[in-house]
Amino acid sequence: MSVDEATVRRVARLARIAVEDDQVSGLVGELNGILGFVEQLNEVDVDGVEPMTSVTPMAMKMREDAVTDGGKADDIVANAPATDDSYFLVPKVVE
Amino acid sequence: MTIVDTREADPARFIKGATGDWEIIVGMEVHAQVSSKSKLFSGASTEFGGEPNDHVSLVDAAMPGMLPVINMFCVEQAVRTGLGLKAEINNTSVFDRKNYFYPDLPQGYQISQFKQPVVGEGTILIDVDGEEVAIGVERIHLEQDAGKSLHDQHPTMSFVDLNRSGVALMEIVSKPDLRSSEEARAYVTKLRTILRYLGTCDGNMEEGSLRADVNVSVRKPGGKFGTRCEIKNVNSIRFIGQAIEHEARRQVDLIEDGGTVDQETRLFDPKSGKTRSMRSKEEAHDYRYFPDPDLLPLEFDDAFVADIRATLPELPDDKKHRFMEAFGLTAYDAGVLVGERATSDFFEAVAEGRDAKLAANWVINDLLGRLNKDGVELADNPVSADQLGGVIDLIADGTISGKIAKDVFEIVWEEGGDPAGIVEARGLKQVTDTGAIEALVDEVIAANPDKAQQAKEKPGLVGWFVGQVMKASQGKANPQAVNQLLRDKIGIAE
Repeated sequence: MSVDEATVRRVARLARIAVEDDQVSGLVGELNGILGFVEQLNEVDVDGVEPMTSVTPMAMKMREDAVTDGGKADDIVANAPATDDSYFLVPKVVE
Repeated sequence: MTIVDTREADPARFIKGATGDWEIIVGMEVHAQVSSKSKLFSGASTEFGGEPNDHVSLVDAAMPGMLPVINMFCVEQAVRTGLGLKAEINNTSVFDRKNYFYPDLPQGYQISQFKQPVVGEGTILIDVDGEEVAIGVERIHLEQDAGKSLHDQHPTMSFVDLNRSGVALMEIVSKPDLRSSEEARAYVTKLRTILRYLGTCDGNMEEGSLRADVNVSVRKPGGKFGTRCEIKNVNSIRFIGQAIEHEARRQVDLIEDGGTVDQETRLFDPKSGKTRSMRSKEEAHDYRYFPDPDLLPLEFDDAFVADIRATLPELPDDKKHRFMEAFGLTAYDAGVLVGERATSDFFEAVAEGRDAKLAANWVINDLLGRLNKDGVELADNPVSADQLGGVIDLIADGTISGKIAKDVFEIVWEEGGDPAGIVEARGLKQVTDTGAIEALVDEVIAANPDKAQQAKEKPGLVGWFVGQVMKASQGKANPQAVNQLLRDKIGIAE
């Protein structure tokens, strides 16, 4: 598997990462290098092996259904560039 | 996913086009808010409303370094819902990130379940025109709700409130088994009933606790599935019906004019009754799902599932069949009574130790009819089960006629009080004294000699006389006694 320039531009756009035109060909080379490495891993036979999700066997931590947080609207919007009455304000988005 | 068509094409459900009949194919994704106090991955409140960003933790706002911790109650409710839909329960499931950008989604992804949902295939039975149809459920998965954007507060800015961000939703995905707008409405109604019986979602569509994405396509009867359009976020059962009707018609007209249906997301506008394209760019739907590295797989054992199963209530289908078998109710009446758990509980309280069919008639026709007329919810019903039962007892022991009983019910509704006491105090007791009734009968016959003559030839006319005598007695005469006396006196052969 390898990527071309169009794919690099598309992936960057999906991730909202600004990529200048003169960076694209370099990124194609870097990403193809990574994909080549992953392809090597593909040579290992993993038939019948469950995908590993953690290096130590452990169960997911869970919590009770209780309200223990919230009531801090000022903190939540503290870093926002624009607010009004504890709302975040963002450039208008209407579909 | 391979789509299997489980239905026979039924002409009764077709819609007409210029080139012949068309079949509507509908599949639904219903988002049901879990009835939890706190959110799926944070301890902030799920309460509806609230000041902007007040029910928000740093997790819900996606502040750097915050980690999600799952709410066990939400998992239990998803399993409970799965059991209620007689679905497979997956003891291992996985949370994935669904990536997209929108201002009300601070994480830049929604935590959802993609390849391994917590609940697999199940079934919902719906009643359409007296016919029972099994609709397949594909899966139920748990996911986070997004925040809310307001676009009408400012000329150039949108307002974002994250109070809903992170609230637990169950996405209940049907198979494309629905074949008309009526079936789709019946499906959501039934699903809502089951969720309310289970208590896993309050089903409140006005507050957005239940909303549906509706997938619609059309095809020539029995032919290949057509291209579907997804109508997003329809928030009332009536609108779901309207949206499907309009969208199916739009697609038929488009195809018959030589066009093709584009797979796209559309919005339903309740004001115009039409759907319109959201014109999203195609790549916006490349969600690049991958397992969320912040969360281990969701695992539980069979004992966990068995404990939940042990607390399931009697479900609407089982209750309906019990009402039909134990009480001899019709499928229709039983269906109406089990539509809401509170209604069926009320009915059972009234029917206890009484004629169940009579109780069903009074609950459905008089009580529900009256509630509906005044727009009152059953929870605010002024007539208790004991009071309605008291009215029925008075009919059963012959103290009052059915007609007077309606008046007594009305008095209880308006003023309250004990039905027997009301009948006693207001002199509404049925007159069974034959002498008194006989006098009234004689009077009415004497006043209408021509009609009495006609009634000999046409016994049907006796009904008119019964009416006159009842009127003269102010409804208190026993109608059977009146009928018999009239027949004897006029001389109508049996």
